[in-house]
Amino acid sequence: MSAGLGVSAVVVVVVAAILIGAFGLRLSRTTSDFYVASRSVSPLWNASAIGGEYLSAASFLGIAGLILAYGADMLWLPVGWTGGYLVLLVLVSAPLRRSGAYTLPDFAEARLESMAVRRMASVLVVLIGWLYLMPQFQSAGLVLRTITGGPAWVGGLLVAVVVAVNVLSGGMRSITFVQAFQYWLKLTALALPVVFLLFAWHGHGKPGLGRDAPPVFTDPVTVTVSTEVSVRVERPVEVTVSGQVDGRAARGERITLRPGPHTIAADTTVGFPAGAPVPHIESLPVLTDHEWALPLHGREHPLYATYSLILATFLGTMGLPHVLVRFYTNPDGRAARRTTLVVLTLLGAFYLLPAIYGALGRLYTPELLMTGRTDAVVLTLPGRLVGGTAGELLGALVTAGAFAAFLSTSSGLAVSVAGVIGQDILRGGVRSFRAATLLAVTVPLALAMAARSLAVADVVGLAFAVAASSFCPLLVLGIWWRRLSAAGAMAGLLTGGGLASVAVIAVITGGPYTGWTGALLAQPAAWTVPISFTVMIVVSLLTPGGVPLGVARTMVRLHAPETLNVNRGDWRPRSS
Amino acid sequence: MTPDKDPSGAARGERAGRDKDLPGSAWWERAARGEATDGGRRRTAPKAPERPRRQVVTSPRTTAARRPRYPATMEIDEQTRLGEVYMRSLVRTQFRLALFVCTVLSCLIGGLPLLFLAVPGLRETRLLGLPLPWVVLAGLVYPAFVAGAWLYVRQAERNERHFADLVERR
Repeated sequence: MSAGLGVSAVVVVVVAAILIGAFGLRLSRTTSDFYVASRSVSPLWNASAIGGEYLSAASFLGIAGLILAYGADMLWLPVGWTGGYLVLLVLVSAPLRRSGAYTLPDFAEARLESMAVRRMASVLVVLIGWLYLMPQFQSAGLVLRTITGGPAWVGGLLVAVVVAVNVLSGGMRSITFVQAFQYWLKLTALALPVVFLLFAWHGHGKPGLGRDAPPVFTDPVTVTVSTEVSVRVERPVEVTVSGQVDGRAARGERITLRPGPHTIAADTTVGFPAGAPVPHIESLPVLTDHEWALPLHGREHPLYATYSLILATFLGTMGLPHVLVRFYTNPDGRAARRTTLVVLTLLGAFYLLPAIYGALGRLYTPELLMTGRTDAVVLTLPGRLVGGTAGELLGALVTAGAFAAFLSTSSGLAVSVAGVIGQDILRGGVRSFRAATLLAVTVPLALAMAARSLAVADVVGLAFAVAASSFCPLLVLGIWWRRLSAAGAMAGLLTGGGLASVAVIAVITGGPYTGWTGALLAQPAAWTVPISFTVMIVVSLLTPGGVPLGVARTMVRLHAPETLNVNRGDWRPRSS
Repeated sequence: MTPDKDPSGAARGERAGRDKDLPGSAWWERAARGEATDGGRRRTAPKAPERPRRQVVTSPRTTAARRPRYPATMEIDEQTRLGEVYMRSLVRTQFRLALFVCTVLSCLIGGLPLLFLAVPGLRETRLLGLPLPWVVLAGLVYPAFVAGAWLYVRQAERNERHFADLVERR
């Protein structure tokens, strides 16, 4: 793809986001406007906005990349990210909207009548938000590096600045319009190229992925490595190298790579002959195409990993701060349910697409398995398969979609994290919200630059695991179980959220881990979620005195339909 | 979703009968009614509204105050035992419905990896030229989610309508 077109795509998306944001600016004046757009957003806008907010870099780029690398097991990721809304719909959506809370800490306070639980929830919201923002900024860096070759931090910084400006100038009402626009942009940006890609694939005689051998370069190809990688070569292969391989400098000379590990330095180009097997970066498994296409093959302990992933994604969705804040913009509980139904439809339509990119990527861009940058498959495919001006335009469209993904998710997260910091850590009010926005954006940006680079969908998966083991039990038990006590909620949040966070920190800062340690740490939900639920229930039963006095009234508030004229208590969120 | 606005008792009875075998059916109607007759009401009733009195010559009990129906929403507001029964019945019905959906979901979704493990032949099966796991996980599962969600929303709203009919009946 030409850098010019890619950069203009990025500029268009950024300018459009700022303009649409400014369009909503004059409507946004009071504190409650900033937080939840005064609850006057129509259901269709709202559903599109939830979709736009939810489909992050992990969905747009990450899933296809993981499918390319690990195969059928990764199909569970989009399934879980959609199914999570079904669980959210049946267990949480209407009661949560009826609670009248703006944020998760608000809900904790309203239900448990305890400031301690509220503070605990605030800390977790900020942690989850930062963990989710970090890979968005990292991916923005990856995209800009893919199209311009510039340093990785530029993209992250760009997204961070745009988000901060947008949130600061308009608050959430403008964000709602931005988000709704972004969903349709993302869907188009992924769906339109697929049509061309499938035509091209059809034109090539529909090659399949059934061979019982690892992927090969079908044509002679020159691979450029931009950061140093360590790859494993399976069969001896004669390559043309410009740069440095195994510490030996070469300028266009032919070198035979023997089986075993080889280190390729940054900015080295390696030319492979047609039919050569693709050397894999050491962190990725070598799978034959046949194994790749079948489930339960991708990673170590695949059955455990699959179940843990299912648990984290299905239960984690309801605990994501930026998703919940969207539900408060529905006029009532019934609208919240219907909005969720529309969201499921929109997400289902979107998630049909990444698998196609993953499979075509395995066929046409196998060199990503060598450079390790499988997240770039969505960006690389249109140029590779379609070619010409059409290919470049499609590439620019996909880049625009990717940037829309970073901007929308980061904006939503920044709003909710800033809302919580502003209300619970600073003094509240519009000025605190502005200071909090800066804090909400700069910390994950710093993390993105410091942390080890991991697959974007993996890091986002970890954020889901933390949410599933902290907020899921709080919401489910809080809504449906009267005997939940403040002490029980505290203990559950602390144990579940704490254990999951420890696993996350271990994965991000240390590793890579292997064997059971690796599986348990990379997918912690299967053990942290049950622990969290158990602790919350057992401690609540042990402290019956800690059950809030107003629980009966709160239950009326959560469950009685709005058409009924009943007393719902007088609790109000603090910001209004 | 279904235009179900007929407030008459006949329509309600018919609906309750239709819902009987569904997990979220409005069983509270029976429970709450049973409770209402055996003294869940503990306060004295407020005075009957003033009306032009009609002279009935055949009955000796003309001056006895008629007991008015006490609206159930007030029972809920004042957190009487009857009000609690109403609320618990609503919460339980909605929770049973939610639990039913979650159980079906976990059997279908949670069962798939085990199924693929137990019957390896299934992994190799091809449907429309694609491996079965791909057809299911990258395609069919999404419309299934939407259908499940739609059915849930319909039943949940129906439950709420029944509840509203019940407590607002005078």
